[in-house]
Amino acid sequence: MKRRKITVGVTGLNNIDSPGPGIPVIRALKESREFDVRIIGLSYETLEPGIYMQELVDKVYQLPLPTAGTTVLKERLQYIHEAEKPDVIIPNFDAELHNFIKISQWMQEELNMATFLPSRDAFEERQKAELNKFGEKYGVRVPASHMISQVQGLKKLEEEIDYPMVIKGRYYDAYIVSSLEQASSYFYKIVAKWGYPVIVQEFVNGTDVNVTALGNGKGTCIGAVPMRKLYITDKGKAWSGISLEDDKLMEISRNIIEKSQWRGGCELEFIKTRKEEYYLIEMNPRFPAWVYLANGCGQNHAEALVKMALGEEVKPFTQYRSGKMFIRYSYDMIVDISEFEKISTAGEK
Amino acid sequence: MPMNIRKNIAISESGFIFNPLTGDSFSVNETGLFVLRKLKAEENEETILKAFQEEFELDRNTAEIDLNDFLSMLKSYQLTAYEEA
Repeated sequence: MKRRKITVGVTGLNNIDSPGPGIPVIRALKESREFDVRIIGLSYETLEPGIYMQELVDKVYQLPLPTAGTTVLKERLQYIHEAEKPDVIIPNFDAELHNFIKISQWMQEELNMATFLPSRDAFEERQKAELNKFGEKYGVRVPASHMISQVQGLKKLEEEIDYPMVIKGRYYDAYIVSSLEQASSYFYKIVAKWGYPVIVQEFVNGTDVNVTALGNGKGTCIGAVPMRKLYITDKGKAWSGISLEDDKLMEISRNIIEKSQWRGGCELEFIKTRKEEYYLIEMNPRFPAWVYLANGCGQNHAEALVKMALGEEVKPFTQYRSGKMFIRYSYDMIVDISEFEKISTAGEK
Repeated sequence: MPMNIRKNIAISESGFIFNPLTGDSFSVNETGLFVLRKLKAEENEETILKAFQEEFELDRNTAEIDLNDFLSMLKSYQLTAYEEA
């Protein structure tokens, strides 16, 4: 079958020890049977490894940081549109999604750049700070969560939550703490990195099981693959994992995607207790960094997302292979300073 | 209640076991593999005990203790499912 030529812009090229999903998404797209994909890498920092992976990324443009707002982002996208005419953009960072959701209609109408993002409401209701309400609304167990903006709040919460408790940043980072001193120290650390509020969560003991999933925004779960982390880095990231066959977990996950009418990729993070109860601890609004495992299990979620972004009907995947493992590795690329110079000075290469 | 091995457990020729529900994997020796195959074939505990005793030339008491130990280990690793008799 002749593959259709398309151009896709992808962010999240930070393939570091706490990796973004960009490179796994690109690998899945490069393996598409339907598309012959030209990849436009979209970066924020000059040392994101994906910028230099020429076999995967055809051209790179820097984007303004999300804090710069939508006006400068629009200008930059306009520039990229004139040069590359990307058909689809896949944002892969939590922090940039707000801006992209806001301008997605403009992108489609003015630049003919498609996205496949959740609605603003769906995006907001699964925020970590809203987890209690989210659990109640969709009938899923969640650990008790509280949002605090002052360190004194920790003392008050000691009456409601026993130690250990989990201290989390708004977008990333989570620390398990066993005392008020530890909790206070991480409170400040998180505030310095991610700002307010800080989320304080009840600690649920069990095994971490995660699901990478894709919804069509009309109440259908297009694909889902569950995984258990086998090796976790000191940053809590999976360095190795294995696909599972867990009907109960899949039912809970599909239910969330369908009822919330989720549109796009996402990651559902659960704790499975000894009693085989599943607690949703987070719903990330984009593909996880391990999404390439779904491809290895027979579900190319990135390809399916691109098709839906282009307005094509996609039938839900009906099966996947369990017992497939991913094992990450690090790899030193040798890059000439001139490559670094291009991205640093011109903002593209 | 008869004890059954979970249906989706994969057991290889070399005694490598993968539980797709939990993602755990294990290695068992020849003796363990013998028992697991019998469980997978849905043989009942009494039949397994007799076969186990004969295969490894054990007296009934030793065979029973060893088999029970092994079965409780399987249970603790969530490899078994109990079904109503």
